[in-house]
Amino acid sequence: MNAEKLIQLQGLTKRYGTGDAAFFALRGVDLTIDRGEFVAVMGPSGSGKSTLMNLLGCLDTPTDGSYFFKGIAVEHLNKDQRSLLRRHALGFIFQGFNLLARTSALENVELPLLYRGYTRKQRHEMAREALAQVSLSDKERNTPAELSGGQQQRVAIARAIVTKPDTLFADEPTGNLDSKTTVEIMDLLRKLNSDRGISIIMVTHEDEVAACARRIIHVRDGLISDDIITR
Amino acid sequence: MIAMTFNALLIAIREIRRNLMRSFLTVIGIVIGVAAVITMVTLGRGATEMVKQNISKMGNNLLVLRPGQGFGGGGGAQMFSLQDVDAVRAQVPGIASVAPFVSNNALVVYQEESRTYDVQGTTPNYFSIGNWTVSTGRFFTEAEVEESAPVCVIGETIRKELFGAGVDPVGSKVRVKNITLEVIGVTGAKGQGGFGDDLDDNMITPYTTIVRRLSGRQGGKNFNQVMISGQQDYPSAYIVADVAALMRERRKITANEQDNFNVFDSQQLAEVISSSTKVMTSLLGAVAGVSLLVGGIGIMNIMLVSVTERTREIGIRLAIGARAREVLLQFLVEAVTLSCIGGVTGIALAYGLCTTLAEVVGAPFLFDPKINIIAFVFSAAIGIIFGFMPARRAAGLDPIDALRHE
Repeated sequence: MNAEKLIQLQGLTKRYGTGDAAFFALRGVDLTIDRGEFVAVMGPSGSGKSTLMNLLGCLDTPTDGSYFFKGIAVEHLNKDQRSLLRRHALGFIFQGFNLLARTSALENVELPLLYRGYTRKQRHEMAREALAQVSLSDKERNTPAELSGGQQQRVAIARAIVTKPDTLFADEPTGNLDSKTTVEIMDLLRKLNSDRGISIIMVTHEDEVAACARRIIHVRDGLISDDIITR
Repeated sequence: MIAMTFNALLIAIREIRRNLMRSFLTVIGIVIGVAAVITMVTLGRGATEMVKQNISKMGNNLLVLRPGQGFGGGGGAQMFSLQDVDAVRAQVPGIASVAPFVSNNALVVYQEESRTYDVQGTTPNYFSIGNWTVSTGRFFTEAEVEESAPVCVIGETIRKELFGAGVDPVGSKVRVKNITLEVIGVTGAKGQGGFGDDLDDNMITPYTTIVRRLSGRQGGKNFNQVMISGQQDYPSAYIVADVAALMRERRKITANEQDNFNVFDSQQLAEVISSSTKVMTSLLGAVAGVSLLVGGIGIMNIMLVSVTERTREIGIRLAIGARAREVLLQFLVEAVTLSCIGGVTGIALAYGLCTTLAEVVGAPFLFDPKINIIAFVFSAAIGIIFGFMPARRAAGLDPIDALRHE
């Protein structure tokens, strides 16, 4: 497999349940994504777009098919190795933010660094730098409950980029946000992609959000129905 | 591995701080359980020990030959003679010391003060049998018994009531009925006896003084008790049996007649009382055990309630690249830290309670490491098992399932 490619999927399948109750969320997806791409994955609910995203992010395990991430056969990695892959190469942004409650913005952003053996001083420095990139330097002491939705999502983005990953996975990053905040978040993501070359793979069902991406993949009934390069 | 453990400790402490209320409730459950069990059992053991000590205050392996049957009997029953005392001393094995003993309530007068006390007549042997010490002055001697010397040794209560606390009464004269006695000593305070009675309100004189001068009786059966102390480690039951056999023979009691005397054995009494306080201790321990169990259930409750939130937390940690074993180690460290804080606080609380209560009740405080360890290990086990098990299940999930946990 070509190590220059970021992601290569062949016949990726995900089945939930067994026997008569079996349901195929993905039915053999083939897909290739290059480094530095900004891809939006779209589709109606139940189409399998979130499942695809979770499999790409190594948060879930496929039933069948092969998945190469930078030439590494992910389906042959064990749990701990997938954890280490996430730790060193991937960042995540969720629709529900998934910040730790009652924990300051700074400590939330520091969280991934705790598993990377940085000193206290290094952690603080890196977390402050990441918060500055999302323009939240003045909120580092606030807990999620004291922040607006857009601010919480920016903390989550800071947490995702603090480790300087080369790929960012975003699952409906603006799903819980109003339109003005949506624009802010999308500007931020676009900048991360264009200025720092971070590959972004984002699930969304909003056309305006998807329009920020340079490639839009439509998923329907567990298969890719459309694959458009917009610019 | 060391770095990983240190890291887990760091994260665990953050989590404890973040969830102060939950941590506090968990710790409180352990604290109460541990403290209750330790306090109850320690106090129970203290009470048992107190009873033993009080009974041993009565004397050194004390046995008392008394007229009549059973407790309190003896009104009108045959008393004992000096010949009986000599026979016991000469013929019963295992005896350390024997003393004749006669006691009467009598009015004791000192200047304007007068009160009724137990005036006792005996020999110097009684001081060792009754485990008496002297706080000032001296005991009387065999020679003073021989010459019926008008001397007496008084208890601490009499000194306080007639002379005032701290006054040295040695050399003072008191009147008992129609004779004047010189106070030659004060006995060391014994405090309360095994039945809550005052052991310091008696006046001890040579028996000859009482028998000849007070009761006016001469020779014959003057003694209402014979005080006996058994040798250390000699079974007191043998002495009881031998004294009884001797007295039956001396009094020519036939096989089908009942004894007209009885032998009180303080060691046997001590055993009876301490076995009943031991039952009490186990009962208290069981009650406290229930509170330990309830504390444990409280911990389970809190842990189970927090599982939802914690499962999502585990999902987040896994998603950002923590390995399952790192998450588990964190939860283990958390549970161990909380359990240990709870256990140590519980032991400290129990220590405080025990010393305070022991003082209030007047029981000695006996630190028992065994019960401390049992209570600590039990509560720590509950804390660790119920803190760790839900985490183990959650860490086994795919991160996305943990994240979606409702």
